Amino acid sequence: MNDMRFTERTVATDEVKIAAKGVQVYYGDTHAIKDVTIDIADKTVTAFIGPSGCGKSTFLRCINRMNDTIPSARVEGDIRIDGEDIYDKRVDPVQLRAKVGMVFQKPNPFPKSIYDNVSYGPKIHGLARNKAELDEIVETSLRRAALWDEVKDRLGAPGTGLSGGQQQRLCIARAVATSPEVLLMDEPCSALDPIATDQVENLIHELRERYSVVIVTHSMSQASRVSQRTAYFHLGEMVEYGDTGDIFTNPKDERTENYITGRIG
Amino acid sequence: MTDATAETPRRGSGTGSLMVPDARTAKRNAREKRFRLYGLVAVCTGILMLALLLTSILSAGLSAFRQTTIQVEVPLVAERLDPEGNRDPAQMAKVTTFGYAPLLRDALIGTIESAGIETELDPRAIADMVSDESVAQLRAFVLANPGVLGQTIPVEVLASGRIDGFFKGRVTYQTAELDKNISPEQLQLAEALQEAGLLATGFNWRFITAPDASTTRPEAAGLGVAILGSFYMMLVVLALALPIGVAASIYLEEFAPQNKFTDLIEVNISNLAAVPSIVFGILGLAIFINFAGLPQSAPIVGGLVLTLMTLPTIIIATRASLKSVPPSIRSAALGLGASRMQTVFHHVLPLAMPGILTGTIIGLAQALGETAPLLLIGMVAFVREYPGAPWEGGLFDPATALPVQVYNFTQRSDPAFVERASGAIIVLLIFLLIMNLAAIFLRRKFERRW
Repeated sequence: MNDMRFTERTVATDEVKIAAKGVQVYYGDTHAIKDVTIDIADKTVTAFIGPSGCGKSTFLRCINRMNDTIPSARVEGDIRIDGEDIYDKRVDPVQLRAKVGMVFQKPNPFPKSIYDNVSYGPKIHGLARNKAELDEIVETSLRRAALWDEVKDRLGAPGTGLSGGQQQRLCIARAVATSPEVLLMDEPCSALDPIATDQVENLIHELRERYSVVIVTHSMSQASRVSQRTAYFHLGEMVEYGDTGDIFTNPKDERTENYITGRIG
Repeated sequence: MTDATAETPRRGSGTGSLMVPDARTAKRNAREKRFRLYGLVAVCTGILMLALLLTSILSAGLSAFRQTTIQVEVPLVAERLDPEGNRDPAQMAKVTTFGYAPLLRDALIGTIESAGIETELDPRAIADMVSDESVAQLRAFVLANPGVLGQTIPVEVLASGRIDGFFKGRVTYQTAELDKNISPEQLQLAEALQEAGLLATGFNWRFITAPDASTTRPEAAGLGVAILGSFYMMLVVLALALPIGVAASIYLEEFAPQNKFTDLIEVNISNLAAVPSIVFGILGLAIFINFAGLPQSAPIVGGLVLTLMTLPTIIIATRASLKSVPPSIRSAALGLGASRMQTVFHHVLPLAMPGILTGTIIGLAQALGETAPLLLIGMVAFVREYPGAPWEGGLFDPATALPVQVYNFTQRSDPAFVERASGAIIVLLIFLLIMNLAAIFLRRKFERRW
């Protein structure tokens, strides 16, 4: 793994965006996340890596309370975004999810037009006062997702008719349209071919200028390419967390080393 | 089935040319061929049965859509129909059909004579050739239009059931000799009238629009009240079962917590779908008529009973189509910060719509053909008055329903009602066909790929 290109090792800011402390997640009797404590910086790409079933996706879903939709899931501990406890009783998950956008593993555009896909979020959150503002939001979002030039002539076409990579970028545009501060990505490239993966990865670089991006990935090379910080999860525990370069070149924990050298996972 | 037995592989044994299938493969292929044949036989049997059913119904029932009528010039003698001479409808109504019958009889004899047809039949036998209903129709016409009194008007009167049957092949000279309701001489006269162009068989609009008629007048029996009653009931079922069913399904599928209680509800909804329909009739009788005091034979009660019966079907279909919406759509909407309700109404429901509509229409079709519960709430009654318009309380007026009308027709002794019953079945089948086509159309229209 010596040929990996570690891009932009420098972290833009050390300002903490998400602070998690002693997070435990249970699915019924299963203890899925064991005491995870992590500080995620603003305007940074943070990668969660680890073998399947290690809890990285579960932890990601805690950050925008998507686990609330699973009846058997129970979250304990403390997660703060900008110092505010997101599991506080007063927090409405609906508002939280507008602030913390999410992109899923499989591209899941709505079976509606491209325009409707992107404008849905702004519409339900009342971000646009009129059609012109909405048009502008749709255009900027699609531009940020590097999709505008490909679809600008067919905004009325169904989003489901796009190719896999385009669909995923559409989903990113849709998530960006609600002006979130954090963008969670759950293996966004696992259903994409290498070219589409490359496009999405380039996009993640650009997104980092505005958002705090947290990405779960199975591909270590992807983690090394896109992230500045990496956390390694193993069997529900966060084993190691640090600058991506350090994790990949000089892992402190044996389990991390085994994983990144390909002995497990 | 036995393919998976752990036999030692014999691939290595023998020469094993690919050109000659080995015994095992040959057996497997033969088995597959046999299975396909069974399937084909089953499908063909089904098609054959359907063809037999349709042939039998169509051959028996199509003639109900044709009716024999006789053209008669009737002189409306004012002195006999309006003895007081003041054209007051109330006074005129005192002249019953017995006052009109001789008039029509004489007119018929006059028509026959002026056509130059010789007959030895007595006037009574001639009068028997037209339906008793015709006299009542004539009276109703005169009472509605008092101005025609004193004039001679052309009237198209219904031929009697036996004469009608003669022109449809049901009655022959042989059967007429044994039949006290008709004589071969009357049939001869009818043929002569046909030759003179005074008797004709044409499309029977009255079968679709007219109300039911008494057991002795099959030629006048129609489905008007039954069609209207069935239509009103479908309105009630649609207006109640669709919103209640869809709301219940959405709650159970998207909002209700998964626990013992919702499991119990789910099991019981499935059980309700299997409850015999006559049980719903007893329930309707007990609750809607005896307890709530709604009128008997009314489409509103029929509609309520059929709603109860249709609800499980709609709920099961709706839940199935809600379940079939991919969960990724829900995650996408929730992830964007849509509320549960927004997720359901903006994304899930539109995708489930084709399934919901199909389920609803199938439920409606089931309700349209249902007879048993309606018997218990009095819709089997003999109803000649059309129910009023829905906004005039017509839903509370007595009416019958199409399947019940079929049942009614089959209970009557006159063989002409066989034709009427089969004709009513054809009308019912046409309505069911239209509803199923609508279901297919709506499914196509709303279907979206994802």
